[in-house]
Amino acid sequence: MAVMVDDKTKLIVQGITGYQGRYHSQAMREFGTKVVAGTSPGKGGESVNDIPVFNSVAEAVESTGANTSCVFVPAPFCKDAALEAIDAGIKTVVIVTEHLPVMDAIHVVAVANARGISVIGPNCPGIASPGKAKVGILPNKIFKEGNIGVVSKSGTLTYEIVNAITEHGLGQSTCVGIGGDRVSGTSFIDILERFQKDKQTKKIVLVGEIGGTAEEEAAEFISKHIQKPVVAYIAGRTAPPGKRMGHAGAIIARGRGTAESKIKALEAAGVKVAKFPTDVPELLG
Amino acid sequence: MKLYEYVAKGVLAKHGIPVPEGFVVTSADQIRRITGPVMIKAQVLIGGRGKAGGIKPAENVVDAKKVAAGILGMNIRGYVTKEVLIERRLEVAKELYLGVTIDRSHRSLLFMASPDGGMDIESVPEDRILMLPIDPLIGFQPYHSRKVVGFMGVPKEQAAQLAHICERLVDVMLKEDAELAEINPLVITKDGRVIAGDAKVTIDSDALFRHPEYEKFEEDLTPLEAKAKQEDIAFVQLDGNIGVIANGAGLTMATLDSINMYGGKAGVFLDLGGTDDPEKVKKAMQLMLEANPKVVLINIFGGITKCDTVAKGVLEAMEGQSVKVPIVARIKGVNEELGRELLGNAGMIPASGLSEAAEKASQESLR
Repeated sequence: MAVMVDDKTKLIVQGITGYQGRYHSQAMREFGTKVVAGTSPGKGGESVNDIPVFNSVAEAVESTGANTSCVFVPAPFCKDAALEAIDAGIKTVVIVTEHLPVMDAIHVVAVANARGISVIGPNCPGIASPGKAKVGILPNKIFKEGNIGVVSKSGTLTYEIVNAITEHGLGQSTCVGIGGDRVSGTSFIDILERFQKDKQTKKIVLVGEIGGTAEEEAAEFISKHIQKPVVAYIAGRTAPPGKRMGHAGAIIARGRGTAESKIKALEAAGVKVAKFPTDVPELLG
Repeated sequence: MKLYEYVAKGVLAKHGIPVPEGFVVTSADQIRRITGPVMIKAQVLIGGRGKAGGIKPAENVVDAKKVAAGILGMNIRGYVTKEVLIERRLEVAKELYLGVTIDRSHRSLLFMASPDGGMDIESVPEDRILMLPIDPLIGFQPYHSRKVVGFMGVPKEQAAQLAHICERLVDVMLKEDAELAEINPLVITKDGRVIAGDAKVTIDSDALFRHPEYEKFEEDLTPLEAKAKQEDIAFVQLDGNIGVIANGAGLTMATLDSINMYGGKAGVFLDLGGTDDPEKVKKAMQLMLEANPKVVLINIFGGITKCDTVAKGVLEAMEGQSVKVPIVARIKGVNEELGRELLGNAGMIPASGLSEAAEKASQESLR
């Protein structure tokens, strides 16, 4: 099993001719992902790492039957790329691109929801199902196949925690980085629901951070609908109000979005909350 | 990016929202004539100007010059007033509130309205605020305006004006790529006009590529933060004495939190993000040394950012200067052996895990 991406994933890399697209298309293939095509307007007919490049997503889908896309296109052109993928029949769109204007994110997510398409991100590291497939930029070496489902707003902090889980001798079913922007295509709840249904996933790790109320909403969902044990870590306990802490969404605004409120809500839902990120594996037991 | 009140009012006016007539000066001499009573308002990017004495009335030119001279140069909660807005005074009959912001849970715009304008919206009871998430595929429609008008309970004469302003305020959000557009108070004057008494507009800094006209406005940043921004490095000054360099927002925050657990306190937050350019790392390290922390903690989980790249950049930044500040380095991930070797030779304090690094840095900072 696993969620979102697996051995049925057939991937297009949008923006494959750029530095990131080139590097990560190769890394994803090494992880085991079936990377069937790339796109780059005006560069159709070329190839990158032996992966055929098409001018448009529609052409790439028609030739290869791709069902998933990974977007590396720079922010000013990213809305166009994501909508193009949705319109071409792609079912899961992973947007790695950071600094996407929030209005563009709102537009893309609204269209995706209306069409029943999953958008992950923007500004996310992607998804990895060890032993099956990876879509995004998560480092290959830290993963091991297992039964822990990880969902996180962060990139490198997720790597830190996944690495600790692996070093502890445990493995992951799927790790989903949903991104740290204010408007994301996929929420904690969307992924928690999938982990609850997924047979491979036995326990769940949730990595949140200050800003917004997504963690509080997740806590409420967990208390009502999740029977599997959940361990959490929340970054930003010591962040001062009003300062944007790197991620666009990581800001305590008008007294809302504090780590304290999130930790309290999660603990009330029966979630064990780690003090240090590297304490997560022990709490998983 | 927060806009000054006078810039924000210019934006509202451009989209057809009535604002009081006014002009901006940087010195009292620039006030030549005024026609009737005015308000003189400090232009600073912080709330609470009125209470701090940054907003005052004046009746004539002599009076206006005197008041403006008193406000110019005034330090309002850390912000020095460089400009004042001289504005025709409104005869207020009633004050309302209108605001549009981003609704993270609904992934949409959120329209807010209250009949209790003129005060901090945070102190208005919830049942006196109308919150309308706007479905992006539906957009702001006349039925939304009717709901706002009904909730506000304004007289018929003002209903059409208010509805028009609501629509225009949503336009400001969409066309200017704003993340906040707020009118507080929205004034109903004694002669029945509806007009923006104050304005707050924040532009999404990720959308500046579509709005180069805003790039010239200064932001609410310390000099070092401004310098970092030019180099595209996330840099936040805090009030402790440990300088933290990490990559990725979540990991950087987790590093600050871990330091705190051991009794230390971060003074600078520097996020390298996803760079793999030693030159950028070098600039980051130079900025860090300029911020003059007591200890530097480097915590890298290398992926896109490779560990040896970080090591090279850090060493280049320190080349030729005698750096006395202790540096705790914890490096993990792609090319970690290479990076560790480079830094170890330079006399840095190694740490193997995040907790250990945080503990060592805290100890050094409390010495």
